[in-house]
Amino acid sequence: MEKEKNKTIVDRVWDIFASVKLAVVIFAVLSLTSIIGTIIEQNASPERNIKLLGKFFGQSAAPTLFRVFDTLGFMDMYRSWWFLAILMLLAANLIICSIEKLPGIMKLVKEPMKPLQPESFKGLRIRKEFLLKGSPAKTKAVVSNAIKKIGRFNLSEISDGNGYQFYSQKGSYTRLGVYVVHFSIIVILIGAVAGIFFGYKGFLNLPEGTTSSVVYVRGGKAEKNLNFTIRCDEFDVEFYGNSDMPKRYKSWLTIIKDGKEVVKKIIEVNEPLKYEGVTFYQSSYGLTPEAGNSVFKFKVTPKGGKTEDVAMGFGSSFTVPGTNLSGRVEDFSPALGFDQQSNKPFTYAEQMNNPAVYLSFYEKNVRKYGGWLLKRYPETWKLPEGHTVEFVDLWGVQYTGLQVRKDPGVWIVYLGCLAMTIGLLVAFFMSHKRIWVRLLEEKGNTRVIMGATASKNRYAFEKKIDKLEELLTRGEEGGK
Amino acid sequence: MNSAVLFGISTMSYIIAMIIYITYLAFRKSQVGLIATTVTVVGFVSQTFAILLRWKEFYEMSDMGILRAAPFTNLYESLVFFVWCLILGYLIIEFRYKNRSFGAFVTPIAGLALAFIDLTGMSKDIQPLVPALQSNWLLAHVIMSFIAYAGFALAFSTGLMYLIISSDKRSEPSYIFWTMATGIFVALLVAMGLDYLTFKMVIKNPDSLIKSYLFRASLRSSSTAVAVVSWAVVVAFIYLLWRYGNLLKKIVSSFGISPEILDEITYKSIAVGFPVFTMGGLIFGAIWADQAWGVYWSWDPKETWSLITWFVYAFYLHARLLRGWKGKKIAIVAVVGFIAVIFTYLGVNLLLSGLHSYGSME
Repeated sequence: MEKEKNKTIVDRVWDIFASVKLAVVIFAVLSLTSIIGTIIEQNASPERNIKLLGKFFGQSAAPTLFRVFDTLGFMDMYRSWWFLAILMLLAANLIICSIEKLPGIMKLVKEPMKPLQPESFKGLRIRKEFLLKGSPAKTKAVVSNAIKKIGRFNLSEISDGNGYQFYSQKGSYTRLGVYVVHFSIIVILIGAVAGIFFGYKGFLNLPEGTTSSVVYVRGGKAEKNLNFTIRCDEFDVEFYGNSDMPKRYKSWLTIIKDGKEVVKKIIEVNEPLKYEGVTFYQSSYGLTPEAGNSVFKFKVTPKGGKTEDVAMGFGSSFTVPGTNLSGRVEDFSPALGFDQQSNKPFTYAEQMNNPAVYLSFYEKNVRKYGGWLLKRYPETWKLPEGHTVEFVDLWGVQYTGLQVRKDPGVWIVYLGCLAMTIGLLVAFFMSHKRIWVRLLEEKGNTRVIMGATASKNRYAFEKKIDKLEELLTRGEEGGK
Repeated sequence: MNSAVLFGISTMSYIIAMIIYITYLAFRKSQVGLIATTVTVVGFVSQTFAILLRWKEFYEMSDMGILRAAPFTNLYESLVFFVWCLILGYLIIEFRYKNRSFGAFVTPIAGLALAFIDLTGMSKDIQPLVPALQSNWLLAHVIMSFIAYAGFALAFSTGLMYLIISSDKRSEPSYIFWTMATGIFVALLVAMGLDYLTFKMVIKNPDSLIKSYLFRASLRSSSTAVAVVSWAVVVAFIYLLWRYGNLLKKIVSSFGISPEILDEITYKSIAVGFPVFTMGGLIFGAIWADQAWGVYWSWDPKETWSLITWFVYAFYLHARLLRGWKGKKIAIVAVVGFIAVIFTYLGVNLLLSGLHSYGSME
């Protein structure tokens, strides 16, 4: 008690930070507050969360409650000062705990193994005792060989009373595993902080055929300059069969630096493009509202003739080669469906799920017929005269949605993850094993007394010791 | 033979094994125990082949690499894999601790989980993958997460059994805890079962059913009378469990498993589950998210709940190893941990996505 009284405030604060109790309290506090963050929608419009609170606490209380939660930072709580403060507290706790405990552990790790006093054998959880024929001087070699067989132990030897004692340990470093895990958490937190301060997360919706040298951050409220220009040459979605479920979507991107095309890459989900520390991820797609210079692409094959590529804008015409039949684009739908009752065409989605073009065909300026050509359905490409007009693509109406990220801290985070993996493997699946074996002279024979400890998974080590006993005693019987 | 037949065999085997294990508990004949183990192994082997066969079917259907065609991509497949991990974990424990009594507790979970799939008419079709799931990380992430979940599930059952056999008085906090936890757990399961049974005919797509009709058949029914009765039944059920919990204690005590062994299995299951969960669930998940979306951590509900789960088990390990928490206190933490696991695995998708749109890209 006297010692307690003499402690300064600094010492007391230090003691609090060095305690596992604080760690356990932090785990509980982080868990409980995080739960609230998963119920209240983060960064959402106030109306949504007021509605949500209304479901739980009634409509009348909701606006007041919203104001309370909002003031406390719960609407963006994982970035709120108090949540970050708890994370910092965890880091401080980890560092101080390690500073306190590490010297003792290092001593244990580095400490050379010592022979065991005879009376201490009784306290060991794994213990064996049996007799071997022949004096210790003779059985010595057999026993040490057997120990080496069950595990790569480096045996030390001393003389012990009227015999010998072997002793050895391995895996003393595994006691450091848990500190590697603690250290890795700090590394990951440092990486995260580096990412917050020196990086950004943004997005860019880039229509086919356009370029940009900025990306948008903070939900579009601010711009970030790139040191280069990015262009989307083409965008394409593949679907599963004729369904509307996308199978994969890709963007053909070009990076232009100082007027030169430096990189060309096709990206898709899980396959981003990285340039000068900025990474572009394929994230979404859609129809662009201002498709000024879009181009319809067709493959036109006259009956029995050669296929020709045709590209043209809305309202323009093309002639089927070798005939005086001309086709004109008069309507377009990104996703054409037909009403089941009236069979009237309508657009069922604002995505290029089932693109279709309405072509009217004229002969000497007289309209002969017209109809919908669907990209997905070849049977709609046939004209009555036997010509084929394949609708290949409408280029320039889709944009590719890119997530853009610059995060110089990500390597630190990955390094932390690697350290954590190694630390966990060592801490949970490897153990510090020690073994002591006494060989004592007893009427010309040898009394073997074995003892062993394992910091983890004692069961497995005990099995090995059982095997050691079996090896030695069976050899004995064979010798008879 | 296709995978569906083999899945059927494994479901049947687990249910038959459950009956034999219970018979074994009653008569304690070692031959009976041996038959129970054999039937379980038969179920396990056929389930293993079923999973491999489905993998092959998926691979042949899609033009993806073999690693990406792993059959762990929807609720049905993940439940099947969870059961597989659980049985594997159980067989290891039976072999190591030479105790079969525990089988009577685990095979019902396995058999019922598989029967639950059939009962609910959950879609068993091989479903095409959305682009974000087409990644080599899927395999490692899912396999490791489920091995960990199975470890946590074992820790949950042994932890709960520990609480049941070591709590005596009805006023004890641990007694109140286990009766409440078990009561709510069973009540929610039954309520969900009712949802499925009543709305199965109306709604075809099970996903939309789960999201918009959860508990509508009972606790959240539009008819006030049904809702009130449902709540009353739940409260009455929990009360009865609390009142007559000692009967359950007698049954579990008759398994002849010592509290020490239960405590040890709880700890060991968590000691395997925790590092595997950290690596496969959190780290691999973060790396995958980084590659797919460019954000290794975005605090979305699924991620946050897996972190909460991680904190609970970190709490368990620190409290046990360093603060010296023992017995009932630490068993409660193991049970709470698994509640967090269930919430991470099912609750986030079922409950929170009903509240707001988790999973959409915007």
